Amino acid sequence: MIRFALRGLFTRKLRSVLTAFAIVLGVALVSGTYVLTDSITRAFDSIFQNVYRGTDATIIGRNAIDTNASNAGGGASTPSFDQGLLARVRALPDVKAAIGGVSGEPHLVKNGKAIAFGGAPNLGFSVDPKYPQFSSLKLSRGAWPGPNELVVDTGTASKKSIHVGDTIGVQALGPVKQMRVSGLVKFGSAGSLGGATLAGFDIQTAQALFDKRGKLDDIRVAAHPGVSPQRLVSQIKPILPRDTQVRTGAQQAKKSANATNSFLTFFKTFLLAFAGIALFVGSFVIANSLSITIAQRTREFATLRTLGANRRQILRSVLVEALVVGFLAAVAGLFVGFLLAKGLFSLFDSVGFTLPNSGIVFKSRTAVVAILVGVLVTVAASLRPAVRATRVQPIDAVREGATIPETSTPRRRLIRSAGLTLLGFAALVYGLFAPGLGTGGVLGWMGVGALMIFVGVALLSARWVPSLAQVLGWPAVRIGGAVGRIARENARRNPQRTASTASALMIGLALVTLVAILAAGIISNFKGAVDTLFKGDYVVTAQNNFSLLPRVVGKTVQQTPGLATSASVRGGDAKIFGHVDQLTGVDPTIGQTLALKWKEGSSAVLTSLGQDGAFTDDGYAKKHHLHVGSPVSFETPTGDTLHVVIRGVFKPPAGGSPFGPITVSSALFDRSYQQPQNLFTFINMRGGESAANQAALEQTLKGFPNAKVQNRQKFIDNQISGLKSTLNVLYVLLALSIIVSLFGIVNTLVLSVFERTREIGMLRAVGMTRRQTRRMIRYESVVTALIGTVTGIGLGIVLGALLAARVKNINFTIPVASLIAFIVAAIIVGLLAAIFPARRAARLRPLEALSYE
Amino acid sequence: MANLGAMAQNGAVLVAHGVSRRYGEGDAAVDALLDVDVSIEGGKLTAVMGPSGSGKSTLMHILAGLDRPTAGTVEIDGTDITKLDDDDLTRLRRDHIGFVFQFFNLLPMLDARENIELPLAIAGRQAEPSWFDQVIEQTHLGDRLTHRPSELSGGQQQRVAIARALMSKPTVLFADEPTGNLDSAASTEILELIRRSVDEGGQTVVMVTHDPYAAAVADRVLFLEDGRLVRELVAPNADDIIGAMKELTAR
Repeated sequence: MIRFALRGLFTRKLRSVLTAFAIVLGVALVSGTYVLTDSITRAFDSIFQNVYRGTDATIIGRNAIDTNASNAGGGASTPSFDQGLLARVRALPDVKAAIGGVSGEPHLVKNGKAIAFGGAPNLGFSVDPKYPQFSSLKLSRGAWPGPNELVVDTGTASKKSIHVGDTIGVQALGPVKQMRVSGLVKFGSAGSLGGATLAGFDIQTAQALFDKRGKLDDIRVAAHPGVSPQRLVSQIKPILPRDTQVRTGAQQAKKSANATNSFLTFFKTFLLAFAGIALFVGSFVIANSLSITIAQRTREFATLRTLGANRRQILRSVLVEALVVGFLAAVAGLFVGFLLAKGLFSLFDSVGFTLPNSGIVFKSRTAVVAILVGVLVTVAASLRPAVRATRVQPIDAVREGATIPETSTPRRRLIRSAGLTLLGFAALVYGLFAPGLGTGGVLGWMGVGALMIFVGVALLSARWVPSLAQVLGWPAVRIGGAVGRIARENARRNPQRTASTASALMIGLALVTLVAILAAGIISNFKGAVDTLFKGDYVVTAQNNFSLLPRVVGKTVQQTPGLATSASVRGGDAKIFGHVDQLTGVDPTIGQTLALKWKEGSSAVLTSLGQDGAFTDDGYAKKHHLHVGSPVSFETPTGDTLHVVIRGVFKPPAGGSPFGPITVSSALFDRSYQQPQNLFTFINMRGGESAANQAALEQTLKGFPNAKVQNRQKFIDNQISGLKSTLNVLYVLLALSIIVSLFGIVNTLVLSVFERTREIGMLRAVGMTRRQTRRMIRYESVVTALIGTVTGIGLGIVLGALLAARVKNINFTIPVASLIAFIVAAIIVGLLAAIFPARRAARLRPLEALSYE
Repeated sequence: MANLGAMAQNGAVLVAHGVSRRYGEGDAAVDALLDVDVSIEGGKLTAVMGPSGSGKSTLMHILAGLDRPTAGTVEIDGTDITKLDDDDLTRLRRDHIGFVFQFFNLLPMLDARENIELPLAIAGRQAEPSWFDQVIEQTHLGDRLTHRPSELSGGQQQRVAIARALMSKPTVLFADEPTGNLDSAASTEILELIRRSVDEGGQTVVMVTHDPYAAAVADRVLFLEDGRLVRELVAPNADDIIGAMKELTAR
């Protein structure tokens, strides 16, 4: 029996390959994700091992609050501490050597332009050639830096043609300083570190540059031989001031790697979710292809039954077939995924994001998971068709055109599929609106709900396929005449088959539509918010639109000729009501550039915040029962606790505001943060927006290559550009599922052509040309694709409306242009899917087709 | 009529009693068979004839356990097969029944040898080499064993199908219009083969056909009309059969 199943598989090679393809892509995404993230993880682990080379213990500052928990605006690094500690550490008996260092993010400026590679960071730190045992840098040319000199990594140097002896600009917290390049260095064995620019300075230069005079960011300690890192740590501990902490080198390396690892875990989950979607769509394609083949093999199964095969044997033979297809597809997918990851690495390399030690990591777990997933999905998808195959009666061996009987009535099926859909919506709504669910709970309920909705709608959609085909096939009939009419009827005559085929596409389109709706909602809200709030002419932000800029940028702007007023918004972490949140600080002039709507208090609040005033938004006020006069206290990373009083409550527009939940005066902010930095500087110019004003501002900020002057429109565009890139990434990932569904259409059409051989022969015999035959298949394909698209877009709109109702920052907007683009794309998908089946149909010779049995 | 079956009760391997088959319900109901008694003698070739719609196919389906009668019993080797559930029926087909179809029903992906061995493979048994050789010898398939059905002529395909049916030494071999899809030369060959399996191997065969020349090789021919068994000829020649058929259609 097994041999029979396998033989069948290889005889129907084309069909098997087409079916398998649906799984290959999904599995490739799974294995590619694992290979990629495993390799990156190892690369980072090796970076940090290298960084903490020769270090038995490190001393770093201690944040009073755990700033890593919040992503609110930079400053995740630990505070610096007084350099006096270094001498005391060196005096300890077990300490062989100790070195103090500072670090920061300097921009290297060449020809007036900041050097940056993609989004890779710019890392700067002090180097001390007297202690080579701690250094992860190797000098490859020139000398170590003296005062006002620096060393640059060879990667950056060769890409930007920087040579020893050149003078280049360096800008960190102050304006650009010119420094001489004393040498070039390599990080570890690789020239560079993931595309980051590396700059090393002597300690005084670094301290001046990063505004950390007399301070250190870390102390690295090496113990005498025979002293364990643990013992060293316990010896250091007693002499540490309150604002510092000590860890062993290994602990610190691990801790540092944790940040990237937690990002990579998120990244992995994110990619695996899309792999899951592709596999889910793939399971539809497999289930559909298998049920068609099984229907076509009715006589074969019936013959087996007359020869004494029982139902279990039939079931087993179909499942074995699925198992083998799944396994082969999974193995192929594994391989494709490996290549995918390798390709991505080369891509990273070519855009400058070179990973050190970039060996590809292939864990056995990757193979196990990929193959298991591929096989399980395929076998699960084949269960229903397999059970159907067992219903074939032996007598069907002698019946012409026998079909497999249904077990339930259409009414029962309707109730079941409608019930499933409703249950899915119930789960989705519960996940969205039920109070007290964690993120995991919300996503879990939503995922399960969406899954049930997709399956339910796929089952239900057979009901509206005939009428939908009637409507959507209208243009085909108009253009194609009789050929169009036959194509339309072909799409209608087996509604379940057309529905299943279209459903695979429906899932992809529903998700794409959902994403488009959410993005449109966020974008329109953001535009609305800027229009309501922003009264000024220009905004200054960092080049990447979200990094913080040193406070001095806001001060420098004020020297611009023609400036009417400017106001900066500081940002930093603070622990408020037990949570780490963003604290913002504003200049008193902020009211001249922003128009806030006050629920309590008035715009006079902004000028009179002083040293103890604060304002908040209505949502936060409601959550924590705050009113004018309510006292609020919070802790800053330096450990200060500040007490303020609420002076006003404003109502932000739906698109949000530039402020965190609590905003204080910049004067108070500056008092409580080590290195206060700005999120935005809003500017009003005399004469408003003009080329001259723009040029004047840019001239003033020439010394700050990381600062970007933008007018209102540019500001909106820049702020949403991040969202747009995210959107594009999502589209690309969802496109994979759409490709899978494209193969579903190809598969169905090939099988249908095969099934209709006689019929096509007859049509050819009565005068249909090859061109017309091809066109007939093409129309049917496009009609099927359109059915999936229309259903998917409809479902996506419903899901989008539900989500928009839940998420307050999203304004439900239908992105008409995007939807039209999707429909056009669907027509293209239909045309592409038809190429191969149409060619096969047109190749049939009338006589042979008629004598086909 | 009723004692036609009883006459040959001696040595019968298959006995049907009062078999009726009604399709549909109410006004649309059609009686394909009405109170038919049949007894099939072991080691003999019995042909079932009748005009289209006479119920000859239905009778064969019921005798072979492919279809269930609305009334009556069918006993094969003493077991009433109308009472069996699907599993037992499957086992019955596996052990006691062989089929030869009009359209051969060979599995296209298997070669001739694999097709022939398929029933045994399904049953999880090995072919007895001597019996296999004997069947291949009988069906003259020695040089065709590695061919796929698509590489064989109609007559060759039907010989494979007969070999397949003979492999499990069935109690009864049912042939449903075995020559219906063959030219006359191939038909003769197939009929001779079936005849020989009866004469030399003692195989019991029930053959449904509408071809008088095919029926002429039978030991006994049963005639059906409108769902009733109306006549029987023992060892007739083709002319007798044509005559009987003419009488039936003339009535």
